Amino acid sequence: MELVWRHAGFLLLGACYTLLVTVVSMVIGLLVGLANAVAWLYGPPMLRHIARGYVSIIRGTPLLVQLFVIYYGLPDLGITLGPLTSAYIALSLDAGAYLSETFRGAILSVHKGQVEAAYSLQLSPWRTMRRIVLPQAARAAIPPMGNTFIGMLKQSSLVSVITVTELVRAAQLLIAQYYVVMPFYLAVAVMYWVLSRLFSAILRHIEGRLAVAY
Amino acid sequence: MPTDDSARERPSAPAPDPETDSIVAVQSLTKRFGELTVLDEVTFACPAGAVVAVVGPSGSGKSTLLRCLAGLELPSAGVIRVGDGQVDATWSRRRLRGGVRGLRTHTGMVFQSFNLFPHKTALGNIIEAPMAVKGTPRRQAIEEAEALLESVGLIDKRDEYPSRLSGGQRQRAAIARSLAMKPQVMLLDEATSALDPELVSEVLKVIEGLTDRGLTMFLVTHHMEFAARIAEDVLFFDHGRIVERAPADRFFTAPGTERAARFLSSLRVHRR
Repeated sequence: MELVWRHAGFLLLGACYTLLVTVVSMVIGLLVGLANAVAWLYGPPMLRHIARGYVSIIRGTPLLVQLFVIYYGLPDLGITLGPLTSAYIALSLDAGAYLSETFRGAILSVHKGQVEAAYSLQLSPWRTMRRIVLPQAARAAIPPMGNTFIGMLKQSSLVSVITVTELVRAAQLLIAQYYVVMPFYLAVAVMYWVLSRLFSAILRHIEGRLAVAY
Repeated sequence: MPTDDSARERPSAPAPDPETDSIVAVQSLTKRFGELTVLDEVTFACPAGAVVAVVGPSGSGKSTLLRCLAGLELPSAGVIRVGDGQVDATWSRRRLRGGVRGLRTHTGMVFQSFNLFPHKTALGNIIEAPMAVKGTPRRQAIEEAEALLESVGLIDKRDEYPSRLSGGQRQRAAIARSLAMKPQVMLLDEATSALDPELVSEVLKVIEGLTDRGLTMFLVTHHMEFAARIAEDVLFFDHGRIVERAPADRFFTAPGTERAARFLSSLRVHRR
């Protein structure tokens, strides 16, 4: 246990990378997912097919394989990306696919009468989406978004295989050095748990604010 | 082929003639949903300021007619004109989009299920469209909204969210929201049908008050006494067609068609 304290700084640095990779990918994934959901629901046929294909491919293949393709595979095509960049891309694409389905469901859950009321008040389709549909959809999307975000936090451990020194890889490096396993992994588990509590708390706060009207 | 030619030459739209005082004109309007024909060659016109009750058995096409006038449904065939807004089923998609916008400019729709925006307060519901569509400055929009809330008796509910309003209050707020866009034609689609019986009269009172504003009104309603009191004109629908059109006082006392007479007497039987 004392070893853990001595190397707390190194582990915390790993936790920072975990957090960094997760949060950056979350933000990009959010935008990708929203755009993809809207394209799927309202885009011209061509765009719909692309949106569907994207979700189907990303959800249908393991994140680990996606990471390998991006980090080790793309250089064959002359595209060489750093480990962190690869991690951002893979996790963002992954989150985007799941969030796209979350948003699509949430948008569909908004009553059709809301859109009709907005249209009859001459609001444009764009304005209706932004001011009427999305704010209501956001509320429905928060609980499943929590699943995705916490899932991402944990899945970000996979980027250790492409040499990003996040929490798990930090622990592995220490374990390789001292041949002591349990304390390091327990420490890592606790740190993940704390981070996931943090995420839940933030989401619950947002949910509470969106629920003011209800 | 003289018949063919004459059919082709017939103008596809009733020319928007400034000399006629009709504000709503519908020509051979047909609306199909798949196999189902909901409106079947409906033709009528109505002068500005008229209050028209649209009655008939359920499924007869009343609501669909209102939704077509509101630009929420596109006609399968025929022409709809409201004010200078017009939609013609033969038009291209792009032209239809402009036409629908024209219809929406002149109409205000009140829905059976209110459709207030749940994430906005009563005031927020009302000022949204004037600010977004007409660019009304916020302060002015609020002033106008407050006047409207006053007129429907909801000024003390200004900052309440719809979830904290009763059904009757929600519908009155929805009416105020519609009025904020200053429509010439109000379309009320069973505005009181979703309400608890004791809340109906407060909404009917507000609707009756609208007649003083010189608005043209189409109301689909099941309250025949109410329709008889405020409507000047009745369109009686059955199976997507106008079976009878008559002044309200005559329609409700001595309907001209057997079908309408049967409909009215069936209501009386239910009520007694």
